[in-house]
Amino acid sequence: MTEETTAQEEPQETDEAAEETIPRVLPDDPILARLAEPFPNVVFTSFEPLAGARQDTAIVSRGELIAFVEAVKDAGFETFIDVCSVDHLNRKPRYDVVINLLSMQHTKRLIVKVGVPGDDPTVQSISPIYAGANFYEREVWDLMGIVFEGHPDLTRIVLPDEWEGHPLRKDYSVGSVPVQFKGSHKSS
Amino acid sequence: MSDTPNNTEGDAQAPTLEPPTGSADGSLDAAERRRVHDIWVAGTEEPDWIANATDEGAQELLPRDMDPALQIQRGIAVDDDFVDEPIVVEDERQILNMGPQHPATHGVLRLHLELDGETIRRVKPIIGYLHTGMEKTAENLTYMQGGTNVTRMDYLSPLNNELCYALAVEQLLGVEIPPRAQAIRILMTELNRIASHLIWVATFGMDIGALSMMIYGFRDREAILAFFEKVTGLRMNHNYIRPGGVAADLPEGWEEDIDGIFDIVGSGLDDYVDLLNRNPIFLDRTRGVGVLTPEEAQAYGVTGPAARASGVNFDLRKAFPYSGIEQYEFDVPLGKHGDTLDRYLVRMEEMRQSLRIVQQVLETMPPGDYRTDDRKVTPPPRKRIDESMEALIHHFKLFTEGFKAPAGEVYQAVESPRGELGMHLVSKGGSKPWRLHARTPSFAIVQALPVMLTDQIVPDVIATLASLDPVLGDVDR
Amino acid sequence: MAGEVHNPNFLLTTLDKGVSWTRTRSMWPATFGLACCAIEMMATGAAHHDLARFGMEVFRASPRQADLMVVAGRLSQKMAPVLRQVYDQMAEPKWVISMGACASTGGMFNNYALVQGVDEIVPVDVYVPGCPPGPQSLMHGILTLQDKIMAGEIRRSTGLL
Repeated sequence: MTEETTAQEEPQETDEAAEETIPRVLPDDPILARLAEPFPNVVFTSFEPLAGARQDTAIVSRGELIAFVEAVKDAGFETFIDVCSVDHLNRKPRYDVVINLLSMQHTKRLIVKVGVPGDDPTVQSISPIYAGANFYEREVWDLMGIVFEGHPDLTRIVLPDEWEGHPLRKDYSVGSVPVQFKGSHKSS
Repeated sequence: MSDTPNNTEGDAQAPTLEPPTGSADGSLDAAERRRVHDIWVAGTEEPDWIANATDEGAQELLPRDMDPALQIQRGIAVDDDFVDEPIVVEDERQILNMGPQHPATHGVLRLHLELDGETIRRVKPIIGYLHTGMEKTAENLTYMQGGTNVTRMDYLSPLNNELCYALAVEQLLGVEIPPRAQAIRILMTELNRIASHLIWVATFGMDIGALSMMIYGFRDREAILAFFEKVTGLRMNHNYIRPGGVAADLPEGWEEDIDGIFDIVGSGLDDYVDLLNRNPIFLDRTRGVGVLTPEEAQAYGVTGPAARASGVNFDLRKAFPYSGIEQYEFDVPLGKHGDTLDRYLVRMEEMRQSLRIVQQVLETMPPGDYRTDDRKVTPPPRKRIDESMEALIHHFKLFTEGFKAPAGEVYQAVESPRGELGMHLVSKGGSKPWRLHARTPSFAIVQALPVMLTDQIVPDVIATLASLDPVLGDVDR
Repeated sequence: MAGEVHNPNFLLTTLDKGVSWTRTRSMWPATFGLACCAIEMMATGAAHHDLARFGMEVFRASPRQADLMVVAGRLSQKMAPVLRQVYDQMAEPKWVISMGACASTGGMFNNYALVQGVDEIVPVDVYVPGCPPGPQSLMHGILTLQDKIMAGEIRRSTGLL
């Protein structure tokens, strides 16, 4: 898998002194470049897969999420595709909330990733911007336990209401019943 | 096959049959609990737990002024055709529960309808009755076993699920797939599209009232299923498209079978169009019913035939082609009004276009391997195992430990008969995925139900739901 | 046979068999299709593999009017109380066929979300294995159930016979 980092360069690659600002390399795609200009702290990466769309990813911080997503919507990404979450367990921040958006007019995809720490699993809800995020954020809350602030109805959606725990977290076991053979007196 | 959990520190916390203990002093009464409509707090329900086990719990329809999700349910969060009722008389409203066991909800979908006479004022879909924990199960299965898991998500088009998963895994691995394998994949997925649309038209006709459509649709589908059984070994849930290619080559005589399918399905489609398209009862029940505007479709993530019927001109097979589908000529049918009739017409035409693709694959099927040569990914042929030690070792490692995919994160999407089916696959270098998330099209469709069903009458709910073709295995995973 | 033990009278034995015969020849299934097995159940009722020749083409949605419940598909934890409620609403005599691997034992999904076999919730008479079982397997299961009823192996007290 080839991955080109088209965002801020590594400090040790330049000769300039540490105090001087490092010139930022914007993504080469014009739409993304225009989108990236007002957000200096957002990291863009992209790679060209074997099949399907070019995968552009923007890594934002929690504080900038709403502003960035609004800018993305204005840039022409009108179709909402997905919100999901990944539990990295031994990484800081522990969770990733991944927002997947599509621009039908420009035939482009954009993935927006937010890091969410494990001890404070809250993030702003994007359902005021994209109405379709409603059910998806409820599912992320249900299965991963990330709270979306500003969500109108954050209740369990795929699990029974009285379920305790969040199954997709890595410290929640899969819950399998061990196979018991007839006549054996110890569980396998 | 061992199923080691990811991390054994916590135990599964399944609900037990004892009634949950109440809150500290048990004084939180029902109205108070509803007012704090924040996150459902277990233990605040009434003591007769078993009898209320099928109640809505936190999903109940609250009175209008207390419902925080009303805007979204009424569909005015997006530019909409909703007409606001000036006078709301609470006493005349009735809440009706439809499902989860219901002959016309296309699976275990539960709908809460707030009715004003026979007109629907609010709809709340409740899902989760088929939640299978597939995303968690996928973390315990190797990449070669993963197909068996994902194929059961959207059980009407299992080959599409497998294709999406295989494409995602191949992206992480970086392997090239031989052209014959790609052509076989397209052949099977387009046949699956036809089979899925045939079930759709069967259940759609039955729900509208044309009961004989059920028999015709299933009868034609049997021809396709017989072909699937000949090629993959199973009628449904095939586990045929695997990372690296397909599981087996097409058998001898497959061209004659496909010709037989053309005869049966092609003439069948002509018959159904004659039966339904100008039928006045059918037109009355479907024209102008369940309208979805293009802005709503894009805001809610509705893709596929349901969005194309609204005029959204986007098909993943044309926009982001995969598996060599760009070599085949086909059109993408578009609707204008976004109502049930348009969704019906779009799907009937899609079946014809899929037949066109299958015809082209039949004529241009390239010779060659049906799977990649890379022995680290696909198993060697069985008779090589007797001859070569290396083949035996490869076979052993592949079927016990599985191949390891390099670390990375990828999102791949295919055009399933319901819309955009995508898989977000995260690998940390092991032989099992670290995280698999399936972005399923029916989830978005069910979420968009309120905007289509508000202000319709109850029979229109059935017609709209049938025309949208949600599959609950897709929704709940 | 159980019939002979309870009814040593020749006349009542024949009547017993007659009642069993009528019960098997027009068993109406309740629609409880959950997942992929439901599609195969519908295909069994369709024209190619015809269930109507066994008197069963009428799938009643209302459990009051049904006497056979074919649990076709995977039963999740959220659906389990609904299954029990529908089963309780069915009138006696009633039978349950557990169709498919997921309904019989939890199938390939040995995890937190599924009930590992519907016999944890309802009593099952016939298990039909398969993933999904083809229409011929399901028909074999139904015919097995009919044999069991005819042989009087399934006796639930109905208060009458």
